Amino acid sequence: MTCCAGPIVADYANSHQSTSHIALLEELHANARKLADGSVNVVLSTPAIHCGNCIATIEGQLAKLPGVKYVRANLSFKRVSITLDGANRSLLGAVEKLEELGFPSQSISAEAAAQSDPELTMLVRALAVSAFAATNIMLLSIPVWNGADGATRGLFQFVSALIAIPCVAYGGMPFFRSAVSALRHRRMNMDVPISLGVILATGMSMYESFIGGGHTYFDAATSLLFFLLVGRALDHMMRTKARAAADRLVRIAAKGGFVVGDEGELAYVALDSLRPGMRIRVSAGERFPVDGKVTEGVSDVDRALVTGENQALRINHGSDVEAGTLNLTGSVDIIASRAAKDSFLAEVTHMMSSAESGRTGYVRIADRMARLYAPAVHVLALASFTGWMMWTAGDWHQSLTVAIAVLIITCPCALGLAVPVAHVVSAGRLFNAGILMKDGSALERLAAISDAAFDKTGTLTTGQPAVRTTTIPKGPIAALAKGMALRSMHPASRALAEYLAEVPETQITDLCEVPGGGIEARYQDKRVRLGRRDWVAEIVDTSSVDDTDQGVAFAMEGGPLYLAQLNETLRSDARWMVKTLQSDGLPCSVLSGDNEASVAGIAATLEISKFRASMRPGEKLDYLNQAAREGRKVLMVGDGLNDAPALVAAHVSMAPSSASDVGRTAADFVFTRNSLSAVIFAYDMAIATSRIVRQNFGLAIAYNILAVPLAMSGQLNPLLAAIAMSTSSIIVVGNSLRLHLLQPRSPEHSVEAGYQNAITTESIA
Amino acid sequence: MNMLMILIPVALCLGGLGLWAFLWNLRSGQYEDLEGAAYRILDGSADTSHQRAAPSSEKDKS
Repeated sequence: MTCCAGPIVADYANSHQSTSHIALLEELHANARKLADGSVNVVLSTPAIHCGNCIATIEGQLAKLPGVKYVRANLSFKRVSITLDGANRSLLGAVEKLEELGFPSQSISAEAAAQSDPELTMLVRALAVSAFAATNIMLLSIPVWNGADGATRGLFQFVSALIAIPCVAYGGMPFFRSAVSALRHRRMNMDVPISLGVILATGMSMYESFIGGGHTYFDAATSLLFFLLVGRALDHMMRTKARAAADRLVRIAAKGGFVVGDEGELAYVALDSLRPGMRIRVSAGERFPVDGKVTEGVSDVDRALVTGENQALRINHGSDVEAGTLNLTGSVDIIASRAAKDSFLAEVTHMMSSAESGRTGYVRIADRMARLYAPAVHVLALASFTGWMMWTAGDWHQSLTVAIAVLIITCPCALGLAVPVAHVVSAGRLFNAGILMKDGSALERLAAISDAAFDKTGTLTTGQPAVRTTTIPKGPIAALAKGMALRSMHPASRALAEYLAEVPETQITDLCEVPGGGIEARYQDKRVRLGRRDWVAEIVDTSSVDDTDQGVAFAMEGGPLYLAQLNETLRSDARWMVKTLQSDGLPCSVLSGDNEASVAGIAATLEISKFRASMRPGEKLDYLNQAAREGRKVLMVGDGLNDAPALVAAHVSMAPSSASDVGRTAADFVFTRNSLSAVIFAYDMAIATSRIVRQNFGLAIAYNILAVPLAMSGQLNPLLAAIAMSTSSIIVVGNSLRLHLLQPRSPEHSVEAGYQNAITTESIA
Repeated sequence: MNMLMILIPVALCLGGLGLWAFLWNLRSGQYEDLEGAAYRILDGSADTSHQRAAPSSEKDKS
């Protein structure tokens, strides 16, 4: 990160925001896309956009910022695309402006934002072509079914053939390609019978219209392609995009470090060449490139990567630091203890990439279905062909017609739509509820969970500390404290400033920030300090001060010491969520990197009996792997950098959108609203979806059971085939649309339900 | 019969026109923001000229 630390630190110093903005800025830089003309494009996810006014406000206000060339808000995807003329300063400015306007945003990776997907575009084009062909041929077929005869019939069949042949050649491509590659690998997939059916039906119909007799199946072949392409395109939208969460972790790593030589000279050394024993200088705002021990300097360090806690930790001579943790306030020198490839960050990255390969073992329900179905189709078609050959003593024309009819009727239109339509409908429903789903199979996995595990900070709690109690008296002292607190970016100061929101502030001059201590100012010729308790206590007469809790202290020289106790704020519906999950039979547990006492406190409040504290990223991963070995399917909800390996390894995972970039990439679901009811809604949606998918399969199979005997007995004609195929697909789509009706459970509802229950019991009594 | 010789090509041409229009929509990014477009038309004050200078990569539909 050293190469771009300059602008980051400069940008950070100019902003008045919290320390978390360093991390945000890092993400912005990593995700920004350089355009050909030198300008920079970033795409932000802005869940709060909901109306035309929002678009006008965002585009109007952001366009006024210096350096902004082009802004486009997208209401459907709830994104804002900003193009800047390359100046780094305006990048964070734009995000801050958005936040100010009431649209908190997260940056989206360039890969996720680039919506161009050549394969999907190809599928949609093929879909359009086959829709055109299917409707036109259908219209030409209706007169034929109604008994058009002679030259008219011949003309209509000829025109149908003219439309169908290019359509099959173009629209069938995705299936033919996949079938050929499957056959080449001596495998069988669903595309083999599809391709066979479509090609045979078209070929047979051409022969029929050439000799001028019999039934033609052009309409069946093209509408088959149409329905299958709908399913294929939807399915493609729901497929996992390659989620290289581990790569994103590598991106936050420093690219090198400044090695201090014997005479104090600095030399920039690339990451791979940093050796144990080297002395490396790390300035404020940079991440530590390697693990090491501090030899000089005092600073605060953000160890979110290790513990998931946002509390800055003081480091001084002799402290150990891990690679990838963020140096916040002062420049320090460290002696490298391990090379970059063995560092803590490298370990976590390795854990993630190996965990990632584990999940690919999951086979989606549609694929499992196809595995059973494809051989059955072939056997049926072949059986009807040979059966009819024997029955009619070698009438290959009749036998082949029946075999084609069987292939067409068994071709899994409804089956191909059964899963993707249900997934797309629930993805849309979830998106409207502020939950982004990365992958259709995540819904299937979520429906099967048996356990839930939560991270504490940032997940069950908001991650922002709040002042619980304070000894600061109202009046001038509080005003002074607020004046100080407003000048600091430390989370504790921000909490205090928020707590004292009603109090007027005193203007402070001569302010300086002391790394590892707090802030000091002069007021009426006296020193005033706000910060760590032991450091503040230096200017007052109080002796022995214990330094155990996370309070923040405030004092004026010679005056008394005032304290403010901080604690984390639990998300408002955390308790309801845990209760609901438990009553649904899902045991909950807390996995936290925080200390035992605070985890126990939170767990007790939430009535969770199982919790583990002080877990490092690897331990969380081991916990989940152990659970997987025991056959438990765990839903992991977490947000921190330290949760990333666990999010990848869990059976299914969720992260709030306030999570780190790595966490968001690693999770299957991201919920953008600040409420844990999203977990319950996603779970309900997953259960409902899996029920609908099963019903869809049932409907599709029932249709086959009805239609296949008809086809095998030779009773099927093109009209029946067209009706059967369309109605089964429409029924499956209609059934899936019922997912729109699912209402979210919310704390209010449960209260209402409880009230209703009470009334009923009363009336019964 | 003669009527059919005219009407069928006409029908196919109209259908083809629809297909071409759809493919053109797709290419020019009109499916990019289905909901936003409905509001943009009502926003009389907006000067849309700066929006036409969109970077070319913006036009793909997802």
